[in-house]
Amino acid sequence: MTVADIAFYIFSLTLVTAGLFTVVARNPVHSVLWLILSFLSASGLFVLLGAEFVAMLLVIVYVGAVAVLFLFVVMMLDVDFAALKGEMTKHVPLALLIGVVILLQLGLSFGVWESSDLAMGQRQAVTPDIKEVQNTAAIGQLLYTKYIYLFQSAGLILLVAMVGAIVLTIRHRTNVKRQDILAQIYRDPAEAMELKDVKPGQGL
Amino acid sequence: MEDLLREYLPIVIFLGLAIAIGLVFIFAALIIAVRNPDPEKVSAYECGFNAFDDSRMKFDVRFYLVSILFIIFDLEIAFLFPWAVAFKDVGLLGFWSMIVFLGVLTVGFAYEWKKGALEWE
Repeated sequence: MTVADIAFYIFSLTLVTAGLFTVVARNPVHSVLWLILSFLSASGLFVLLGAEFVAMLLVIVYVGAVAVLFLFVVMMLDVDFAALKGEMTKHVPLALLIGVVILLQLGLSFGVWESSDLAMGQRQAVTPDIKEVQNTAAIGQLLYTKYIYLFQSAGLILLVAMVGAIVLTIRHRTNVKRQDILAQIYRDPAEAMELKDVKPGQGL
Repeated sequence: MEDLLREYLPIVIFLGLAIAIGLVFIFAALIIAVRNPDPEKVSAYECGFNAFDDSRMKFDVRFYLVSILFIIFDLEIAFLFPWAVAFKDVGLLGFWSMIVFLGVLTVGFAYEWKKGALEWE
C-alpha cells in the first residue's frame, strides 16, 4: 500500500463520514460545517487524481463562497427547531420512499455497469500526460479554443445568475437619503453659498 | 504521480499540525480546565438583565445578494487562471474568447452598479 492509497482511504472515509453527518446533524449550521469538511476531503481526492486545478477550485469556490452562501441561507431561514421536528415526522415516509427509489436506481445502474475496453485509452487521449503538461495548463489549452461555445455560455449563465439575483433580492427603500457622489464632486462653493455684508443692527 | 504528491507534503504537514493543535486545545479544555458549573455561570449574560430573545434572528437578504455577486466574480477569476497559465498556447482565438467572456460579465457589472446593488443605503 503506497502513500497515495493511504491518503485515498483517509480522504474517502472522511468524505463519507462528513456526508453522513451533513444529513443527520440536528443543527443546520453544523450540517454546513460538515459539508465544508466533505468539500475539503473531496478536494484531497481530486489532488490524488492529479486534477490539481479542480481541487483548488473546490476549495476556493465551494469552501470559500458556496459554503458561506449556505451559512447565510441557514441563518436567514430563522429555523424553528421544534416546528421543524414536527414537520419532519410527517414527511419521513415520503423521504424514505424517495431514498429507496434512488438507491434502487443506483443499484440497477451499477448492476449493469461495465467499462468498455476502449475506456482507458480514451481517458488517456483526453488528458495529456501529467509529466508533459501541467493540469491547469492542460485545461487552459482546451477550454478557451476547443470548447469556446461552452465557455461563452458559461459566461452568459453567470450573467443571467447575476441579473436574476439582483432582480429577485434588491429592495430599494424609498425615503432613504443616499450619497450622490457626482453631485458632491460637482458642487461649486460659489453657487452653494452667498456672502452678505450685514450692517450692525439692521439684519437682512 | 509520486512527484506530484511529494509537492503536497508541506500542505499535509501544515494540515496535520493544524489538526493536532486544534485537538490539543479541545482536550486541554476538557482535561485540565477547572469545571464547576452553576446555572448563573452557564446562562447567557446580557448586561445584567435576562435575555430578551432567541439569539437566532433573520439576516437581511442583502447579505445574500452580496455573497451571490461575490461567487459570480469568484468564478470569473477562476476562469482566468488556466487562461493565464496557457496564455502562450491559446493563441488569438483564446485571447479574444476571454475578452468576450470578460465583456459579457462587465455588462452584468454595469447593470449591477446602475441598479445600485453595490450600495448599502
